[in-house]
Amino acid sequence: MSVAKEFTKGLWKEVPPFRLVLGLCPTLAVTTAAENGLGMGMATTFVLVCSNVIVSLLRKVIPGKVRIAAFIVVIASFVVIVELMMQAYFYPLYKILGIFIPLIVVNCIILGRAEAFASKNTVIPSIADGLGMGLGFTFSLTFLGGIREIFGNGTLFGHAIMGASFQPFSVLLKAPGAFVCLGLILGAMNLISARK
Amino acid sequence: MSDYLLLIVSAVFVNNILLVRYLGNCPFLGVSNRMDTATGMAMAVVFVTTMAATITWVVQYYVLNPLGLEYLQTIAFILVIAALVQLVEMFLQKSVPALYRSLGIFLPLITTNCAVLGVAVLVIQNEFGFLDMLLFSFASAVGYGVALILLTGIRERLAISAIPVHFRGTSLGLISAGLIALGFLGFVGMVH
Repeated sequence: MSVAKEFTKGLWKEVPPFRLVLGLCPTLAVTTAAENGLGMGMATTFVLVCSNVIVSLLRKVIPGKVRIAAFIVVIASFVVIVELMMQAYFYPLYKILGIFIPLIVVNCIILGRAEAFASKNTVIPSIADGLGMGLGFTFSLTFLGGIREIFGNGTLFGHAIMGASFQPFSVLLKAPGAFVCLGLILGAMNLISARK
Repeated sequence: MSDYLLLIVSAVFVNNILLVRYLGNCPFLGVSNRMDTATGMAMAVVFVTTMAATITWVVQYYVLNPLGLEYLQTIAFILVIAALVQLVEMFLQKSVPALYRSLGIFLPLITTNCAVLGVAVLVIQNEFGFLDMLLFSFASAVGYGVALILLTGIRERLAISAIPVHFRGTSLGLISAGLIALGFLGFVGMVH
């Protein structure tokens, strides 16, 4: 597939987490606001692209038996970098995302792309794949976060959207709302894809 | 004594790691279709989480902290978990093959289960002592198992009901999980 195709497939056809059902833990946990979804998506994209590059460069060198462990070490290194950078430059976001920043290392999307794609392709397609999946993931997280924030809080990116008499549907900000929202969006996407 | 009871109840119900803390969702959707896979996964999670939390606790307080290497926590923990799962698999295969067969493919799958790494990191964040850490990790994993088995029971019933085509499978599983999470929300306030 051409490089452009590798990039665009991550944006709709195989967008995580809606079509490629991976990486659900951060999806549910951080999408309490659009901004948090955006931050987490960007952090994940950074780790995804960097680890794709390294895994692709080293794909001929890593022995088959230890490849999962090797991928994990590569991914964990970049997660530590992201962790420290966020702690230094984006401290409020770091506090909100909390435990889910180190949990990027076990995000099934990153390990999945390393295993399924980067270990079998050259660097440029791997970058395109990582960028596509990462941006698709970021859009999805921001979208879900936006919905939960608008109806659960009456704001979007911190700005009040609904009128003053709006009673927020605050269960959307808690766990049940997360699960139900994601489930409904998945169902809706199935519907849209079937119609096409 | 009541402190420990509080810790256990809080970890199993009030802060259920699957339905409240959002840890361990990826495999949950995959294995909650049948009761035997769900119980296998639940047992494996309890087993690995408790052992992983113990070992990572020791690593944190006796290796990382004294050497000032706290920033390597993520790498160190995930390597410990991966190695632990590998060792446990080999050990079980040789000495308790019945248990190994019943856990099946879930044992290697647990390396990437956010619940295990998540509990290990939570233990350090809460600055638990050794006994508290044991109870917390065991109870959290039991809570995961409880939520998983509840959901599997419901999904098994739903599989033979009339559901609109586009909402079958994962979509419905998530919505069901949400409604059970709504139930677990009722535990908030039980432990102040």
